[in-house]
Amino acid sequence: MTQDNISNPTTFMLDNKIIPFSEGQTIIQAAMAAGEYIPHLCYNPEFKPHGSCKVCTVKANGRQAASCTQLAQADMVVESNTQQINDERRALLQMLFVEGNHFCPSCEKSGNCELQATAYALEMMSPHFDHFSPNRPLDASHPEYLLDFNRCILCSLCVRASRDVDGKNVFALSERGIKTQLIVNAKSGKLGDTDFSDQDKAAHVCPVGVIIKKRVGFTIPIGERAFDVNPISVSPHPVKKGA
Amino acid sequence: MNAPAKPKLRMATATLAGCFGCHMSFLDIDERLFDLIELVEFDRSPLTDIKHCGPCDIGLIEGGLCNAENVHVLREFRANCKILIAVGACAINGGLPAQRNHFPLSLILEEVYHAQHGLVDGFIPNDPELPLPLDKVHPLHEVVKIDYFIPGCPPSGDTIWKVLTDLLAGREPELGHALLHYD
Amino acid sequence: MTRQMNTHAAYLDPILNHCQCNVHDLLQILRQAQEHYGYIHPDAIDYLSEVLALPRAKIEGVASFYSLLYLKPHGEYRVLFSDNITDRMLGNIDLMNSLCSQLWVEPGKVSEDGLLWVNTTSCTGMCDQGPALLVNNIAINRLTAERVSAICELIRERVPLPSWPAEFFAIENNIRRKDILLNSDFESGSALAAMLQRGALETLQEVKISKLRGRGGAGFSTGSKWEFCRAAAGEQHYVVCNADEGEPGTFKDRVLLNSYADMMFEGMTLCGHIIDAKKGFLYLRGEYRYLLDHLQAVLQRRRQQGLLGSNILGHAGFDFDIEIHLGAGAYICGEESALIESLEGKRGTPRNRPPYPVTCGYLNQPTVVNNVETFAAASLVALHGGAWYAGIGTEISSGTKILSVSGDCERPGLYEFPFGVTVAEVLADCGARNTQAVQVSGPSGVCVAANEFDRRIGFEDIPTAGAFMVFNQSRDMFEVARNFVQFFAHESCGFCTPCRVGTSLLGNMMNKLAQGHGSPYDFAEIEKLNVLLQSTSHCGLGQSACNPVLDTIAKFRPAYDQRMMHTEFVPAFDLDHALSQARRMTGRDDTGAHLERDHDTR
Repeated sequence: MTQDNISNPTTFMLDNKIIPFSEGQTIIQAAMAAGEYIPHLCYNPEFKPHGSCKVCTVKANGRQAASCTQLAQADMVVESNTQQINDERRALLQMLFVEGNHFCPSCEKSGNCELQATAYALEMMSPHFDHFSPNRPLDASHPEYLLDFNRCILCSLCVRASRDVDGKNVFALSERGIKTQLIVNAKSGKLGDTDFSDQDKAAHVCPVGVIIKKRVGFTIPIGERAFDVNPISVSPHPVKKGA
Repeated sequence: MNAPAKPKLRMATATLAGCFGCHMSFLDIDERLFDLIELVEFDRSPLTDIKHCGPCDIGLIEGGLCNAENVHVLREFRANCKILIAVGACAINGGLPAQRNHFPLSLILEEVYHAQHGLVDGFIPNDPELPLPLDKVHPLHEVVKIDYFIPGCPPSGDTIWKVLTDLLAGREPELGHALLHYD
Repeated sequence: MTRQMNTHAAYLDPILNHCQCNVHDLLQILRQAQEHYGYIHPDAIDYLSEVLALPRAKIEGVASFYSLLYLKPHGEYRVLFSDNITDRMLGNIDLMNSLCSQLWVEPGKVSEDGLLWVNTTSCTGMCDQGPALLVNNIAINRLTAERVSAICELIRERVPLPSWPAEFFAIENNIRRKDILLNSDFESGSALAAMLQRGALETLQEVKISKLRGRGGAGFSTGSKWEFCRAAAGEQHYVVCNADEGEPGTFKDRVLLNSYADMMFEGMTLCGHIIDAKKGFLYLRGEYRYLLDHLQAVLQRRRQQGLLGSNILGHAGFDFDIEIHLGAGAYICGEESALIESLEGKRGTPRNRPPYPVTCGYLNQPTVVNNVETFAAASLVALHGGAWYAGIGTEISSGTKILSVSGDCERPGLYEFPFGVTVAEVLADCGARNTQAVQVSGPSGVCVAANEFDRRIGFEDIPTAGAFMVFNQSRDMFEVARNFVQFFAHESCGFCTPCRVGTSLLGNMMNKLAQGHGSPYDFAEIEKLNVLLQSTSHCGLGQSACNPVLDTIAKFRPAYDQRMMHTEFVPAFDLDHALSQARRMTGRDDTGAHLERDHDTR
């Protein structure tokens, strides 16, 4: 690499690699376009960045920032794949695991779950913290879909998809703090009493196992699923069946 | 002249609130058991039927904690094992037995021993021989310090073998994409 | 249910008509709707959803964010004990337990007859006259055992609140030291007249010359903020006064709003003229609901005086008016971008920044957000000039600062000092003795130990939003930090992972130490969590949630050491207690029915 490259106004450095970017691109957008993986959960390239999970935190010019909301700037020096940052990301994942009830062996999403796959990528060996074991109900009222709130990580992708793409507002967040939870837009609180359908974008964006299509959970056996085959760092957003 | 034989490491294993699946998986290392037995000697384990654990180098525990006896066994292992390893989903986050954590224990005992259809004059067993259930099922790390974790339900024989051989060789265990699974 | 059939229309229609069904007034609509029923009825949400064309989940999401709004019946009397550390020091928990036992209720549970609900709430801003509570959102202070018994009797007899003894609701100003602001004989309209005479740009210049900095704690230059906002392109510009005084231990805005409202409103109006805004908002914390009628009356009088409305003071084109929005129990709304979200009728979640409010604030328009005290000070600057103001205080921190002094001292209340005053001087003035520590600027501020009492209040040393809580030698600084950590866990908005989960984890770890289950392992865990919260949280709440712990660990380490009861890790819960349900169910109490404690207790 030459000195010219480093001071190019449309590149920045990510872990000693030169990453080109265009005006208005965030760090993660530019990195992913260049084939560089930055772990993330609430970020989905199809939606406006949210910046809540903080798993995509990087050190930009020495300061921690969420790479999904931080705009790339010329000559910025970004550290991502370092021991310190990966330790922090792992701790954030562990927080998400103990906050809900994540029992992978009995989850239909296992192997296709971005939380699980990201935890694999960051070599998370245990949830580390004490579990909160919240009591969250299931909602099986919809003929085609099941909601298992135990696995919700509050990324709000379904909220955004239903509101911004489907124009339906089927989902919303309620309460606050550790009690924050996903709710359904019906007086009964039940998905079966909404106009939610398989055609909705919101039916296909859940990165974890909350929004589950009924009766197809095990058509692809465990061990042959997206992230069983490729690590999430290689294929962060595999095409989802039925999307 | 031959170097004196390296003393074998001592290893113990136990199942708490688990299904013995992790132990079955351990046996799936198959012929590598012969290699292992060259390096370690088994203390307390379902394989030896030794009832109490003496001083050991490595302890493997499958299953979480659902009753008082589980706590006694875990404490015995912690007190005797230099390295204590939680093996499998139940040991790491409570697993299937922890699904009862959303119900009060009193309701569960009531349901099982009193309310079930066909139970007449049912009573909750109170024999002092029986360990009392804890109000919640806990993973091991919430009760004692755990040194290493081998996730999986169960972890494959290869996964267990990798961790053991890494440790026996004095390396930090590392699994990588192929061997690290929670399901 | 059709619109006509909804039985809630009778009280909802006037509320909706008043705000012209503006969806950005959702929080205001919900708050007023609750005043009719004591909670927000599910059928009322049907009606609001239909009339406002908002999804009901969104309405429920907004309502449930705010701790003073209820979606289920919460009793005829809702009694919330303020739970700041200063209330604790004055015995609030004993008083709450006494009230609960006299009325046969459990904290946090609505009584079976639906009569009352008792709980704790974050600091209600009455630390100089605690212990304090809110009953149906109205403040009662200076609680004693007698007063609590009297309250029990009134509730038991179902006496309506307006018939309760007036002295229960008396709130003192407790102004102990006055300087330029509290001493000024400010005449309403005088600062506006001075500005009109001098010119808007020239007045902005004076604000810059005054070196006035924001009084909310962050200390951004007020002149620069106004200048940036004025220069920012937008269809409308807005002025917002942040009166969401939620930082525990802070109560100076309460007094300013009560007795100096004209100065503040005039500062907002000045700002409005300078940045070319037509509209201003006062965002008043829900706990100060009792001030609403008074403030509305002041606004009405100012309109009559020609100080608000069209052609202010006869100046053609100087149009500006102020609307009051009430919060509903969410500390996070003191963060300016969360406050703006709340003003827009949403959940009070801090925005991603940049862009900052000066370019993209209320309804994405350029907006100035300043503290009550900042606007009041701006009026003085307009009146007396920037040079005069800059000559007071220090080079870096011009002017005066009003401190809310509470805790272990003889004369708690408001103290206005020129910036640069030392902690020791304030302590001497308020009659504090044997002082161990002072928490300056509340839980998110700094804990100052005795060997630092020569430090100065000011942006160059200890910046502050005003709280000054005094702890004498008898106080346990670990318990102070634990109270603050619980506060942050309660007030976390839940948006980002580190703050949502981390503040609760930190609270649990502090509880673990408090319950005697602590070991060096837990101490190391607390330190790791502190780093994570500071580096990855979305906003200042999460970033500063560990400040009280970091400070007290650094300065009062023995308070932690004495809680390290074990040398090795032990569980956070009592294993023997975890068998108690099973013992009860089986009737067993033999040795095998118990678990011994871990042995290495020191």
